[in-house]
Amino acid sequence: MDRRYIFKIMSDPATLKQTALFTAHQKLGARLVDFGGWHMPVQYAGILDEHKAVREAAGVFDISHMGEFYVSGAAALDFLNGLLTNDVARLAVGQGQYTLMLNEQGGVIDDLILYRLHEQEYFLVVNASKIDEDREWILKHLPAGLGFADKSDSTSAVAIQGPRAVEIVRAFLGAGWPEPKRNEITGYSWNCQPILAARTGYTGEDGVELFFGSEIADGFFTALLEAGRPLGLKPCALGARDTLRLEACLPLNGNDLSNKRTPLEAGLGFFVSLTKEAHFPGKDVLLKQKKEGLAEKLVAFRLKDKGPPPRPHYKVFQGVTEVGEVTSGAPSPTLGYGIGLAYVKAGCADPGTALELEIRGSRVPVEVVKKPFYKRAL
Amino acid sequence: MSNIPEQLRYATSHEWIKIEDGIGTVGITDHAQSELSDVVYVDLPKVGAKVVAGTAVAVIESVKAASDIYSPVSGEIVEANPDLVKKPELVNQDPYAAAWLFRIKLSDAKELDALKDAAGYKAQIGE
Repeated sequence: MDRRYIFKIMSDPATLKQTALFTAHQKLGARLVDFGGWHMPVQYAGILDEHKAVREAAGVFDISHMGEFYVSGAAALDFLNGLLTNDVARLAVGQGQYTLMLNEQGGVIDDLILYRLHEQEYFLVVNASKIDEDREWILKHLPAGLGFADKSDSTSAVAIQGPRAVEIVRAFLGAGWPEPKRNEITGYSWNCQPILAARTGYTGEDGVELFFGSEIADGFFTALLEAGRPLGLKPCALGARDTLRLEACLPLNGNDLSNKRTPLEAGLGFFVSLTKEAHFPGKDVLLKQKKEGLAEKLVAFRLKDKGPPPRPHYKVFQGVTEVGEVTSGAPSPTLGYGIGLAYVKAGCADPGTALELEIRGSRVPVEVVKKPFYKRAL
Repeated sequence: MSNIPEQLRYATSHEWIKIEDGIGTVGITDHAQSELSDVVYVDLPKVGAKVVAGTAVAVIESVKAASDIYSPVSGEIVEANPDLVKKPELVNQDPYAAAWLFRIKLSDAKELDALKDAAGYKAQIGE
């Protein structure tokens, strides 16, 4: 394992993809890194500062690298219900839901947010690293007569997250902005350009995600920062996004989710409808798992004492027996101790269970705790 | 522009070393602490350990990642900085003084010739 972070070999920057906000990030003094093939900011002022800004006021993240798909047509609901785990029939127009797309083995291809924009039109927001794989999978299953569009390249997006997020977006868009409620999406305009505003996020705070055309991205972002700064808005980057989402126990695909782990193992059963009639890929595997019980589960754990932060791939032990592996880990800026997520044997998954991590040859005691680590006050 | 004191020698892997009476004091550069940012934990070598130049002997953990620290010279570790256990943030605040990492008794002073001077290190990091 190459642990030399500052020496991390970056691919030739010329080969990395950039969002429409790349120049804006450079001007803001961002530290830019290779993030799954994208040249993205990992921090501006510092991860701890940015983390705190989001917990106490608000931060804005460039999420333009994420993918945006549209599915439309009379049979769109039935098609999506046969593709995704959550029950699409529960979505009224203007509502969104977290859902998962699985392979035939029940493993996770991607986790995404599905919004119903109109009666027969759906909007999917998928992970940047999975855009191509997701599109191929959808097109492979797409019946004739349904429309599909991948607008990832022409769409930019920012997430404004934190207790002051809604106030800031209103200051930016004006009093006429139809404020979406939790998990809702509304259409609006900025400088006569159409935008979408969703009350969603990936930080454990209240927040709004704004989607807009890449051609207006620079002006949009600058105007948003200007409107938000007096209210405490700070530019935030992927480093803080990772510690924020981990405190909220929101899984990261590629770390906590993979094509070899089912959403039941990941503790995401709430977003899987096994009772809906539609048959989605992997459903049989999940039904079997539910009946027979899980062998391993994704648990949240914390360090018992001050010690080295947990990191992905550290092995988990109970006594001399290896019982699992860490998938995400970091020092928690809010809590002040190391936290993480790990897949462990089901017998070790109850909160209160004492386990140990192996870190550089030493054993470090941890305790399984209830999810999430951090929950915002309502 | 980062701080690069004239009187120190530098390894390409961003450690500095200061020699006094055959004992080297080692830390990481201002540039390195800035690149790492927000140091939260430091794992130091054991006193008495015999180490070889260029091998990983310590680990500095920032919020984002763990980074190996390499010994710029070969020898025996004679002291590790106890202050960093309780105050890892010293690495960000005072990389050339309070946040020295360890002291090492050099086994071959000629190894110092392979290290860079301030101008060489400055050129390396493009400043």
